[in-house]
Amino acid sequence: MTDTTVTSPLSPKEAAIRVAATLKTRGRSESRFQGLGLAAISTAILFLILLFAGILSNGIPGMFQHYVILEVTLDQERMDPQGDMSVESLYAGDAGTLVNEALLNALGNPTGRKAKRAARSIMSSASDLRLTEFAVANPSLIGQTVSVKFALDDDIDSFMRGFISRETPEAERRINNQVIEFVDKLNDAGRISYELSDYLFFGSASRNAEIAGIKGALIGSIFTLAVCLVIAFPLGVATAVYLEEIAPKNRITEIIEININNLAAVPSVVFGIMGLAIFIVTFGMPRSIPLVGGIVLALMTLPTIIISSRAAIRAVPPSIRDAALGVGASKMQTIFHHVIPLALPGMLTGTIIGMAQALGETAPLLMIGMVAFIVDIPGGVAEPATALPVQIFMWADFAERMFIQKTSAAIIVLLAFLITMNAAAIVLRKKLERRW
Amino acid sequence: METTMTDTAVKATQQKMEDRQVPDHTIGEVHVDNARMTARGVDVYYGDKHAIQDVTLDIGSSQVISFIGPSGCGKSTFLRCLNRMNDTIDICRVDGEIKIDQDDIYDPRIDVVSLRARVGMVFQKPNPFPKSIYDNIAYGPRIHGLARNKVELDEIVERSLERAGLWGEVKDRLDQPGTGLSGGQQQRLCIARAVAVSPEVILMDEPCSALDPIATAKIEELIHELREQYTIVIVTHSMQQAARVSDRTAYFHLGKLVEVGETKQIFTNPVHELTQDYITGRFG
Repeated sequence: MTDTTVTSPLSPKEAAIRVAATLKTRGRSESRFQGLGLAAISTAILFLILLFAGILSNGIPGMFQHYVILEVTLDQERMDPQGDMSVESLYAGDAGTLVNEALLNALGNPTGRKAKRAARSIMSSASDLRLTEFAVANPSLIGQTVSVKFALDDDIDSFMRGFISRETPEAERRINNQVIEFVDKLNDAGRISYELSDYLFFGSASRNAEIAGIKGALIGSIFTLAVCLVIAFPLGVATAVYLEEIAPKNRITEIIEININNLAAVPSVVFGIMGLAIFIVTFGMPRSIPLVGGIVLALMTLPTIIISSRAAIRAVPPSIRDAALGVGASKMQTIFHHVIPLALPGMLTGTIIGMAQALGETAPLLMIGMVAFIVDIPGGVAEPATALPVQIFMWADFAERMFIQKTSAAIIVLLAFLITMNAAAIVLRKKLERRW
Repeated sequence: METTMTDTAVKATQQKMEDRQVPDHTIGEVHVDNARMTARGVDVYYGDKHAIQDVTLDIGSSQVISFIGPSGCGKSTFLRCLNRMNDTIDICRVDGEIKIDQDDIYDPRIDVVSLRARVGMVFQKPNPFPKSIYDNIAYGPRIHGLARNKVELDEIVERSLERAGLWGEVKDRLDQPGTGLSGGQQQRLCIARAVAVSPEVILMDEPCSALDPIATAKIEELIHELREQYTIVIVTHSMQQAARVSDRTAYFHLGKLVEVGETKQIFTNPVHELTQDYITGRFG
């Protein structure tokens, strides 16, 4: 038997002195770290404020535009040349001339070709269509004189906002003195109003800034995301459940796992090229349709959904599985009655993150042709469409001054869409969340 | 100086333990007349590790048998073999033969679901489902189709909760989550959940280790009442508990069943030195 006496490494007194000596440095490094953290968060908040200030200052005015109110006489014969009040007949009518006459009338009937041309340039080129649509909506008013609101041309809108200065020499100005004189006249008569743009929210793509809208792109985005969700969510959850609960842990599943993790980091444009090669070239699916866009985005979001779903499944305590198996639930019953309901909130979080990514994705959609100029509002997943981020990308490319504000307005709509989606997910998650 | 003495004592015990051989054959009577479950030459491997070595044991009908032994001795592993809960561990392999009422439970034709309906289990930590108290109890009967209608199901729930001595405490709040109960109540809820599928055998894996003494006393009382109707196997670290609740006691050491016998005999007159050392608290 060895009889070594064990002594403490330090006397308590000596230890206390040494501890006291380190306290100061420890306290200093702690407060230094806190300071750094505070600085980091302040910088982040500052950038966020700058970002939002930038978008809102351009985007909020972008949601409004200038209109001119004119009294138009809806001449029966000219509005309805066939005389049967059918829609075809109304669209064949000569609304443009009626608008023009109303405008000249409001301007005190100026004479001369130059003046008439100047007057015409005030109005949006889509004014005739606006009047026809008005007549189609209110056929009973034909034959009467009515007040109708028309969009001003985007150059005039710019001028009204002060982007085009009166001081600029006429030759360098986009609008001439005659036009300015007419606009002033209309303004003095109280005919020009500044209000929420109906074209922005209810119009579709157009080269004319004043009538360009995001409805087509918004609906295209909704269709694309719907396809994406319908494909990616069940597929992702099923994959996660299989890999986590059923698959044997061997070399093959390991390789699959590594590949899924790697796919999450693949640039989105690569998925676009793949979609182009597989769905459009090989399978001959049409270009520019939300169906293909949704499939491509689903492939892109799958890794995100799978990874987060697996994490959610792993977070379900094993004791719950034991409990279910212990009363004789089969593996499938355990998974469907207990594991998935408990993991669902986490799965939804991952899905929403994936969907939010997909909503903002532009590059893969460019690859499969969803960048096309599409005026019609898509009626289904197999009709040509564009998507919100692509629309923003296209507008940002247009030269007209008013598109800058439209672009910011569209960005606000995109962000609002995103926030709505996230809020819905949070509500859903809170509802499903159970504690154990 | 005190430290030195303790150290010496520990070393001496370790030395003594090494000297003591785990016997090749189990001491005591492994067979009983009215066996509900029988295990013959059971070996369990976790990968390369030989966790249970050649265990032969009968589990008597309407009896409580307790498994005791130091941590890692394989008593829980053996318990989990009895309702094939080890199936969930990929690397676990079970050899030998375990029968319940003459049916080999590792027979490929036996559905593990039906086995677990016959051999219920209560775990170390209370693990109610994050559902209502009612649904916790009703889950088993529902998946096994034990109730033909809602009235029958209600009756099963009530009777199970009564059996677990919980009915009076929860009858007014059956729709509240089972996770909201106290630890002891949760464990009784888990016992009620096991009882609800009318098993023949109930396995309990250290059912009181997470509970306070009062809750423990209630569970022990419950085990006393349940033994009339069910065969109970309980793994415990508390020697007093084993002595209080069980009819027979089995002592496991390093994966082997060292000694088994009537509880009274094991605690008053153990045959093997290891058993003696363990129950007198020399190590464990």
